[in-house]
Amino acid sequence: MQFTQVFGSTIGKKLLLGVTGLSWAGFAIGHLVGNLQLLYTDPTPFNKYAHFLTSLGGLLYFVESVLVLSLLLHFLYAIKVTLENKKARPDKYEVHRSAKGVSKRGFSTASMIYTGLLLFIFLIIHINNFKYGTFYTTMIDGKEVRDLYKTVYEYYSNPVNVFYYVAMMILLGTHLSHGFWSAFQSLGINGKRFTPFIYSAGTVVAVLLAVGFVFIPVYIYYMGGV
Amino acid sequence: MEKTLNLTLKIWRQKNATSPGKIVEYKVSDISTEMSFLEMLDVLNEDLTKKGEEPVEFDSDCREGICGTCGVVINGIPHGGYKATTVCQLHMRHFKNGETIVIEPWRARAFPIVKDLVVDRSAFDRIMASGGYISIKTGSAPDANAIPVPKENADIAMDMAACIGCGACVAACPNASASLFVGAKISQLSLLPQGKVEAARRAENMVAQMDKEIFGACTNIQECEAVCPKEISISAIARMRREYVKAAIK
Repeated sequence: MQFTQVFGSTIGKKLLLGVTGLSWAGFAIGHLVGNLQLLYTDPTPFNKYAHFLTSLGGLLYFVESVLVLSLLLHFLYAIKVTLENKKARPDKYEVHRSAKGVSKRGFSTASMIYTGLLLFIFLIIHINNFKYGTFYTTMIDGKEVRDLYKTVYEYYSNPVNVFYYVAMMILLGTHLSHGFWSAFQSLGINGKRFTPFIYSAGTVVAVLLAVGFVFIPVYIYYMGGV
Repeated sequence: MEKTLNLTLKIWRQKNATSPGKIVEYKVSDISTEMSFLEMLDVLNEDLTKKGEEPVEFDSDCREGICGTCGVVINGIPHGGYKATTVCQLHMRHFKNGETIVIEPWRARAFPIVKDLVVDRSAFDRIMASGGYISIKTGSAPDANAIPVPKENADIAMDMAACIGCGACVAACPNASASLFVGAKISQLSLLPQGKVEAARRAENMVAQMDKEIFGACTNIQECEAVCPKEISISAIARMRREYVKAAIK
C-alpha cells in the first residue's frame, strides 16, 4: 500500500482529524496560559509577551503555518467524513435511541461538526479582531512596541463581543469534551489504564479551557473600566 | 409466575429490496412473559398466516445467542438494549402489558433490506474473504504448547473471537460504521502468532474492503460497544487502527 493511500481510508481520515485537532488543543492550552497575563492591571507583562512572540520571526511563521495547515485539514476532513458518514445510512430509523451504558452518544458527539464550524468562523473573526485589529503602540524599556493589551481591553468593553466570545468558548469546551480523548482513540492509543485516564483528562482540559477563556473577557469587561 | 401481555407492534414491512417500506401496526395478545422476543414474533406470524396475510420475515437460527443470525432494532436499539443479549435471548418479561414496540431492520447502506426485517449482511462476508483468515495447512491439531502464546494475548484474542458478526455495531453506530466488527476480526488474528504472519496484508485489505462497502468512519462514540451482545470493547477499533498504520509504514 502507498503510504498516501492511508489518508483516503476511513481510518486515515480520522487519523488526520486526531493529529490536527490535538495540535489545536495544544495551542489552545498555551494560548490560555499566555493570555492569563491579561489579568494583570499592568499592561507591560502581556505586551512584552506579545512582543516576544512576534519577535520570534522564523519560528513563529513555522508554528503559524503548521496551525493554519492543521486547521484547514481538520476543517476539510471533518466535512468530508461527516458527509460520507451520512451517506453510510441513507434511510433513517423511525426510532433511534442510545443504549446508554458505555456509549458516549450525546450532545457533544452529535454536534462535533456544528460546534466545529462555528469555532472555525469564530477563529477567523478572532484573528481579525486581534492579530489584525487596531494597532496601538506603547513604550516598553525605551522601545516602541504594539499595545495589544489596549486592543483587547477595548474589544471586551463591548458586552456583545463578550457574549459572543463566551458562547464560543462554551462550544470549544463541548467540542473538546469529545474531541480530546477521541483524538487519542483515533490514533489507536488505547489501553485499559490509559483510556479512562485520557477520557477524564479530556473532560478536565475541556472544562479548564472553557472556564479560563470565559473568565478573561468577563473579568476585562467588569474590571477594564477601572 | 407466568404472566401474559397484550402488545401493539409497529413493524417495518417491505415487500422486497426495491419497493418502499412502511411501518405497519399489529396487535398480539396473551404473550407469555417467558417467551423470547422471536417466539413472540412467531405468534404474530401464526396469527397472520391464519388470517391469510403475509408473515413478517425475520432472520433467526440458533436462538441461543451464539450464531449472530437474528437481530432487529427494538424501540430504537439493536437487540433491544439489554446487556449482552441478542434478540433471540431477549425475553418478554422485559416488556409491560399494553406497551407499543417499534421493530425495524438494521439500517445501513451496506446492509440493504431483503424483505421486512431481513437485511443482506454479505458485506461482512466480503470483508472476511478479503483477509479474515489464516493461510495455513490445517490437518491434525498441533501440539498444544508448540507455539507459546502469552496468556494476556490469548485472553484478548478470545474476547475478540466472541464476535458473532450480527451487525448490531453497524446498526447502532450513528455513522453506520463497521469498525467494531472489523476491529474484532483483525485483533483476534493479529494477537496470535499464527495470525501475525499476514497481519499487515490483512489490515490493509480488510479496511479497504470495509471502505469499499461504504460503511461510515468511526467517530469514537462507543454506541457499538454498548449494544454488542458479546460486549466487545472499542479497544478492538484502536488495535485495528494500529495494525493499519503499521501496515502502511511497513
